[in-house]
Amino acid sequence: MKKGAEERTSGEKGAAEKGAASGAAGGEAVAGKAAAEGGRRAGRAGRVRPETRWAYVFLLPWLIGLVLFQAGPMLASLALSFTDYDLIGAPEFAGTANYARMTEDPKVARAIGNTVVYTLLHVPLAIILALALALVLNRITGRAAGAFRTIFYLPSMTPYVAVGVLFLFLLNGQAGMVNAFLALFGVEGPQWTTDPDWILMGIVLMSLWNLGSTTIILFAALRNVPRELSEAAMIDGAGAWQRFRAVTLPMISSALFFVVIINTISSLQMFDQVYTMFFGNQIAQQSYGDAALFYVIYLFQQAFQFLHMGYASALAWVLFVVIAIITLIQVKVGNRLVYYEAEEHAG
Amino acid sequence: MPRRLVDARRTAKVRGGAARGRSGRAATAVLAAALAATLAACGGVGSGGGAGGGDGTTGSQSSLTTMGFGLPDEIATVRVDAFKKARPDVALRINEGQFDEQAFLSAVASGNAPDVVYLSRDRIGSYAARGAIQPLDGCVSEQNIPTGDFYPAAQQQVKYDGKWYGIPEFYNSIVLVVNNKAAKDAGVDPAAVDTSDWDGLAKLAEKMTRTDGGKIERFGFYPKLPEFLPLWAKANGADILSADGRVSKLNDPKVAEALDYASRLVESQGGWTKLKAFTETFDYFGEGNPFVKDQIGAMLTEQFVVTAMAGTTPDADITVLPFKDRQGNPVNNVGGNAWVIPKGAKNPDAACTWIKTMTAADTWVAAARARADKRAKEGKAYTGTYTGNAEADEVIFSELVKPSGKKAFDDAVKVIRSVQEAGFVVPQSAAAAEFKKAWEDAGTRVLQGSQNAAESLARAHTEAQKAIDEATS
Repeated sequence: MKKGAEERTSGEKGAAEKGAASGAAGGEAVAGKAAAEGGRRAGRAGRVRPETRWAYVFLLPWLIGLVLFQAGPMLASLALSFTDYDLIGAPEFAGTANYARMTEDPKVARAIGNTVVYTLLHVPLAIILALALALVLNRITGRAAGAFRTIFYLPSMTPYVAVGVLFLFLLNGQAGMVNAFLALFGVEGPQWTTDPDWILMGIVLMSLWNLGSTTIILFAALRNVPRELSEAAMIDGAGAWQRFRAVTLPMISSALFFVVIINTISSLQMFDQVYTMFFGNQIAQQSYGDAALFYVIYLFQQAFQFLHMGYASALAWVLFVVIAIITLIQVKVGNRLVYYEAEEHAG
Repeated sequence: MPRRLVDARRTAKVRGGAARGRSGRAATAVLAAALAATLAACGGVGSGGGAGGGDGTTGSQSSLTTMGFGLPDEIATVRVDAFKKARPDVALRINEGQFDEQAFLSAVASGNAPDVVYLSRDRIGSYAARGAIQPLDGCVSEQNIPTGDFYPAAQQQVKYDGKWYGIPEFYNSIVLVVNNKAAKDAGVDPAAVDTSDWDGLAKLAEKMTRTDGGKIERFGFYPKLPEFLPLWAKANGADILSADGRVSKLNDPKVAEALDYASRLVESQGGWTKLKAFTETFDYFGEGNPFVKDQIGAMLTEQFVVTAMAGTTPDADITVLPFKDRQGNPVNNVGGNAWVIPKGAKNPDAACTWIKTMTAADTWVAAARARADKRAKEGKAYTGTYTGNAEADEVIFSELVKPSGKKAFDDAVKVIRSVQEAGFVVPQSAAAAEFKKAWEDAGTRVLQGSQNAAESLARAHTEAQKAIDEATS
């Protein structure tokens, strides 16, 4: 136990652990942060740590892909956002008309509203539920532990399109299992997939299916909480809730911060499941109006249904800027709230 | 399997599942957009070679690539064989799968357009106005395509700005299908159901509806809104778009009256949200279709639902009737697919031959004969193939379709044939997609109760007219 504690006093080790956690979740942000932290500390020491070098090596394929397949098209779309372009003819310069049009387009407002409400509901619910699952997983030991971790992660392996189809069945107001379950308690469930007042709630319910990645990240963080801290608190008379609030939560706050950012970004970019459920075919497109119109779906419609590529590019860039601002705010706020064990020791 | 779920699965297949994620899609879109800027303009088909600059040849053999078409049955394979016989020099590559708008536009924009594309006719106006597909007047004249063989409504639907942009394939009609049991339960002779009497229809709809607590067990009359709004408007004596496709008529009070009536029909039977959820459980094309399961009293539907039932549930107790306007005349909003040649097609001449062969009367008759033979071997009735070619249909229904002994379906064939003459289409428009979206959304808002019909259609009219003006300016 002492050895473990000593290891965790190493700033580089802490950063590497964070990087490993993000790697399991496919999140580049924490890896980048880990690399940045490692680099900063290496600079202080006057040399580059092997871990940092390896971090860059592992990041290289993604960086190459970013430059080749994302940065170039992104810059092209920035230019297109100032044009009137239908994908077939040549783009015509339109100044800021596409951006001005967004302020007058009622569907943009509706799409933003739906997306924001969804994000505000999904992110806290997903994280609370994932944390609860991670706590349960953390208590399971022995041979069953691996099996349970796999089972908890399995829903994340389901393709988004399949999830959308699955939840069309489950949430159906007349024959779905969700309402059948509610009926056992005498509750008449709503029309989740057809009532505009409930469609968004149904989507939030569906979104809680894919908690595997968030759960695994939080689980990894929980595994790294030093047991001696909890034991010391227990000796001092702290109850379970007090230990969780005063020891566990601060120790996993960096992981929590990471999943908040990742979940927020993915919520703002919500597309696949909702498109499959409510826009994936002509009949569906005719029947649901704007109740499930998310921002990226509207962007996609403008681009490929109505061939307004310039307008769609402007929509994309506004979303990019909004996400960047929200992430920046979260980082600023997070820096005050998050406890970085590594920095504590380094300082 | 419920139709929406089948569609969703198709969507999953066509969209390539997880292979294309959100970021991948965005990157593809923008990359395609960037590449498109380098493309040159092109001319029409039949005016001297491929617009894309290539000749579509590989070595000594030319090639032909299709998009949006598959080979699910003998109706497809027999006609494809006919093309192979007509053009043995052409290496044919059929990219099976439903038409995918994103794939199509990306292919055109990046200069990798297929040679010939199979898509819904109602998309033609938008693509034609933007130059994504080529006019076929040269193809029609050079290959002597007998355009007079096609139904007038189908002809109208593949023309834009006076030019041919597509050649029609099937010809889908809308009919009224009555569940005889439901009508008899309501004390009505199924054959006497009359959609021209709107008050009577509303009363019958309520009588045929059956609920248990909060659940619908049988929906009395399904008017198929919002998708059939043009039909309801026509039944009330109104068009939703001017004949030249430039002026929205969604603000016509008669359109609002029709939408208001049809949506009140839905409301009186339990409301839109329950109906929609209920119909999402339907398996229209299987043995458990909603008529056999007594889930629907009567509904408006395309004729292919009826022909599918003839195969899966030949003993279904139904009556097929024309949908009538308020004067008692049959009214029928027809649709179907068409063949088009995109901008940049490398082998437009072979594509033109393909189109001519696939839609020719004798090719259709050969395909229908193969279907009839197959049905006979299976011991099933052949209820006909409803092509866009009136000449072909004449032969098919006079020579190949025989009485099956199942009166409901034999009578249905006569009814479907009888309403074909009454076929109409919404004219093509440069903003066809936006126009359609505007009136569909208007219908949905009314059904959902968020706006009344007049207000909702007024908003749709403004949106639609703006889109049309922008597209034609």
